Amino acid sequence: MDFSLSKEHQLLQQMLRSFAETEVKPLAQEVDEEERVPFETVEKMKRYGILGIPFPKQYGGQGGDTLAYILAIEELSKVCATTSVILAAHTSLCSNPIYEFGTEEQKQKYLVPLAKGEKIGAFGLTEPGAGTDAAGQQTKAVLEGDHYVLNGSKIFITNAGFADVFIIIAMTDKSKGTRGISAFIVEKDFPGFSVGKHEKKMGIKGSSTCELIMENCIVPKENLLGQEGKGYSIAMKTLDSGRIGIAAQALGIGEGALQETIGYVRERKQFNRRISQFQNTQFELASMKADLDAAQLLVYRAAWAKDNGQPYGHLAAIAKLFAADTASDVTRRCLQLYGGYGYTRDYPIERMMRDAKITEIYEGTSEVQKMVIASHLKVK
Amino acid sequence: MKIVVCIKQVPDTTEVKLDPVTNTLIRDGVPSIINPDDKAGIETALQLKETLNDGSTVTVVSMGPFQADVALREALAMGADEAYLISDRAFGGSDTLATSTIIAAGLKKIGFDLVITGRQAIDGDTAQVGPQIAEHLGIPQVSYAEEVHIEADGTVVVKRQFEDRYHILEMKTPCLITALSELAKPRYMSVAGCFDAYREKEVKMLTYEDLKDLLDPSQIGLKGSPTNVYKSFTKQAKGAGTIYKDLSTDDAVAAILAKLDERHFI
Repeated sequence: MDFSLSKEHQLLQQMLRSFAETEVKPLAQEVDEEERVPFETVEKMKRYGILGIPFPKQYGGQGGDTLAYILAIEELSKVCATTSVILAAHTSLCSNPIYEFGTEEQKQKYLVPLAKGEKIGAFGLTEPGAGTDAAGQQTKAVLEGDHYVLNGSKIFITNAGFADVFIIIAMTDKSKGTRGISAFIVEKDFPGFSVGKHEKKMGIKGSSTCELIMENCIVPKENLLGQEGKGYSIAMKTLDSGRIGIAAQALGIGEGALQETIGYVRERKQFNRRISQFQNTQFELASMKADLDAAQLLVYRAAWAKDNGQPYGHLAAIAKLFAADTASDVTRRCLQLYGGYGYTRDYPIERMMRDAKITEIYEGTSEVQKMVIASHLKVK
Repeated sequence: MKIVVCIKQVPDTTEVKLDPVTNTLIRDGVPSIINPDDKAGIETALQLKETLNDGSTVTVVSMGPFQADVALREALAMGADEAYLISDRAFGGSDTLATSTIIAAGLKKIGFDLVITGRQAIDGDTAQVGPQIAEHLGIPQVSYAEEVHIEADGTVVVKRQFEDRYHILEMKTPCLITALSELAKPRYMSVAGCFDAYREKEVKMLTYEDLKDLLDPSQIGLKGSPTNVYKSFTKQAKGAGTIYKDLSTDDAVAAILAKLDERHFI
């Protein structure tokens, strides 16, 4: 076994760390307070290839792999989870299914500009009545000649407000249950497609989370992704893969919180001592470090398995379950070490605590991860 | 145009401390970086290449131990076309003179039109190696470059920072400039660049064996280094000075004399 990153991954990590610290961190508080998408950062991510990390160069990508993409999510999340979720939804949930399930034409038409960052992607699966129960899709797609007509709505869609390309999951044949669900590539300008209400959230406040509305939305037949009836499977595989990204996000948020807190406890004095001198502080930080390292190993293992063509769905679920739980726990405990100052918005720790919570919810709640893991254990 | 940038891998001096007993640098755990002035030189070279857009190339060169490989890879990941590491035990212990002698030999081997070095390295702060290389090569040089561009006829125009003014100077290639970090804000490595730096590009080695026709063994390494460090010590921080404000001339003279008397200077 070798637990070290390859030289190219180390170089990439160095680049990402410096990019995150210099370009992303200074904006994090403002983006959260103003609930605005950091478009200037998206533009910079495009310039340096961060929006197309795991895809081959022939499709406009950077020729990297899942681990490289994971390192990007981790480093960005240390300083700004809003920024990392923009990248995660774009890469894992939109570009990736086109890469894995798209035809050559679809890849040329959609993946190339997505991977180059010329277009931004999003993914629409969740509906008001179909969250964890994703099979309960109400959005319908009916084939009429050379196009499908989509009707229905999606909610909680990340990047929705500014994305150009959407993967939309819809029911093509209700009688077949999950085998009657299909996936489509939908452009924001297709007739009948519109973006609805913008959600006000507890955390990742700069990310654009909106409703999508399809009213007689016309989608050309050639924009069916994969075969008709394979949409549920595409969505589940997309989430399997996406989960590694969210696990990395949770990991990064926790690591970022620990880093900030170490800086704080070294400065803060009470009882004429730096609070870092108290054993409670030391033990808390030591215990959190151990949890974060365990989370990192799980996240990297899942990425490694995917990159090596091994089954990784359960590994992604394990990584996300543990990393998300750790992120929430670590940020809460870090805030406690800050005391009252941590509760103010002058310090980043309350933002990190709010941001951490979503990692236990989106791309499969922690309970869904447990279902996936239990199913892998063949416990019925 | 073949643009060659000379870079040095240095300890990040913002994180370096001196051992108070031995007065040597504590390098353990200190990250190594590309010297900031040199990095501005890389960026400038890349910008010149992009502006010229005529098939010009950027080559990076470093003299140092094998670990300097990663500094060269970083330059490749930023977009440099090729990289050379000048490394040999025979080069160990070289001072600035011997170093510039060896690098000049390397540059002759590699070929160049425009050589860019950083003004000075943050670990040595001598600002000698760049100008010495130009002297060894017998080419014109402009140090302290804050702006540079290349005219259509190939003339290199440099804005040189001076104490109280700027000089605008023109040179024909081959020539050398030493770059200030103000010259250009370095870009980040690109993601693909990081992978290509290891998968598609290589760091070529130049050893004594490769350069021996161009070198006199007595001019390199410890033997070729006339510099001796006499003593190194940690500078004591001075106390804050005293500021006298709004005094008449006579009162000011009296105050200064009183202070000098108090300190037994007069």
